[in-house]
Amino acid sequence: MTRGRIGVLALQGDFREHLAVLTGLGADAVPVRRPRELAAVDGLVIPGGESTVMDKLSRIFDLRDPLRERIADGLPVYGTCAGLIMLADRVLDALPDQQTLGGLDVQVRRNAFGTQVDSFETDLEVPMLEGPPVHAVFIRAPVVTEVGPAAEAVATLDDGRVVAVRQGNLLGTSFHPEITGETRFHEHFLRVVAAA
Amino acid sequence: MTDTLSPRTASDSTDAFGPGTGTGRVKRGLAEMLKGGVIMDVVDVEQAKIAEDNGAVAVMALERVPADIRAQGGVARMSDPDLIAAIIDAVSIPVMAKARIGHFVEAQVLQHLGVDYIDESEVLSPADYVNHIDKWGFTSPFVCGATNLGEALRRITEGAAMIRSKGEAGTGDVSEATKHIRTIKGEIAALKAKSPDELYVAAKELQAPYELVAEVARLGKLPVVLFTAGGVATPADAAMMMQLGADGVFVGSGIFKSGDPAARARAIVKATTAFDDPEAIADASRGLGEAMVGINVADVPAPHRLASRGW
Repeated sequence: MTRGRIGVLALQGDFREHLAVLTGLGADAVPVRRPRELAAVDGLVIPGGESTVMDKLSRIFDLRDPLRERIADGLPVYGTCAGLIMLADRVLDALPDQQTLGGLDVQVRRNAFGTQVDSFETDLEVPMLEGPPVHAVFIRAPVVTEVGPAAEAVATLDDGRVVAVRQGNLLGTSFHPEITGETRFHEHFLRVVAAA
Repeated sequence: MTDTLSPRTASDSTDAFGPGTGTGRVKRGLAEMLKGGVIMDVVDVEQAKIAEDNGAVAVMALERVPADIRAQGGVARMSDPDLIAAIIDAVSIPVMAKARIGHFVEAQVLQHLGVDYIDESEVLSPADYVNHIDKWGFTSPFVCGATNLGEALRRITEGAAMIRSKGEAGTGDVSEATKHIRTIKGEIAALKAKSPDELYVAAKELQAPYELVAEVARLGKLPVVLFTAGGVATPADAAMMMQLGADGVFVGSGIFKSGDPAARARAIVKATTAFDDPEAIADASRGLGEAMVGINVADVPAPHRLASRGW
């Protein structure tokens, strides 16, 4: 289950928390900040953080094109919060020049719940995972406002808003399993990497 | 295992927010997402947009940067709500704003405005020389300054969800920032090396609750994110703070008091990410024009040093 090397995009955000979860699951997990580091991984996690900053830094550090190429070639990628935004093909309320890496046939809205006073935690049913509901933390989180034909919603809030999606080897969640001790999304992702 | 995350919640808050809001995890979580980033002081919408466009992970909205507060003197207070609201409207990244130490009503106003983080800041004139704000009662998270571990732990006990080492704001002299981050990191390392039976006296000496002291000794770090602030003016300054173990940096006067704020902002953002790569820091440092002029901290008379506000 832990075959392959897993990179965590380490430009900005809570990449250390993802590295800790992955390492705890027995994975060979490494930070990725340079193209040669990206070339050496079999799967990638894009952490929570600020999507506008990650976008800029991915261009400053010449990672944007290699990332897009690897994703197009089928690299398994799991994105949380800002990571989901980076994986989305279309973004609402983005900066005028903001770009994503794309790959998920979805539209997301940044900061969809409002400001930090509206950030919250709740229990969420995620049918693709066995066991009890996921305790999900939403921090200035995005939501998926459109799920295109190629993508599949895998978790929704009680009001029907989509907060987790997958498509092929790509997985994205609006929330942060990496800060709650929840490991099932990462375990699932490691299985995707092993099968890829 | 002791959990000091949420001794109390924000249920008695004066504003009503939805279920599950304002928890310790949600408050501390936003700071986790800011890690590796640069938080920039801005005084108007135009500066806020320049900061956002050049890679700020958040902005601190205020009427005067610390260098001007220092130069102009007088009592420094919370900024005009119109200014803060305009900046919240203008940018999509988190917006922080400052309340005076102990001024819980300024904090209530900032929460009502919807700021993403409240900075209970020594850069403003203290409103209470005995008590800091009881931060557990708020839905908005708080960041507080600290010069040493005991001060950091007292702020966390009061509900701070993020700590920044103070440095000496508005000087462009990074030496105090260096001293404070080294002090906090050194005290944590010393705590980690202690045997369990020594932690009771350590708690007494740090003037902080035993449970929190034991948690820090076990984790080997603060239970909240630790940024550095106060005097950071160049890409190399920011990278040094990161190498010393900061989770990120605040840059106050250093960007918009420099010759080319956009270029300097970009450069400091780049150096903060590539903090262990001298080649990248060198690249980021080229051709930035004038840095802020700055004041040597040694030339600032002790009564005018901001870092000594708060205890």
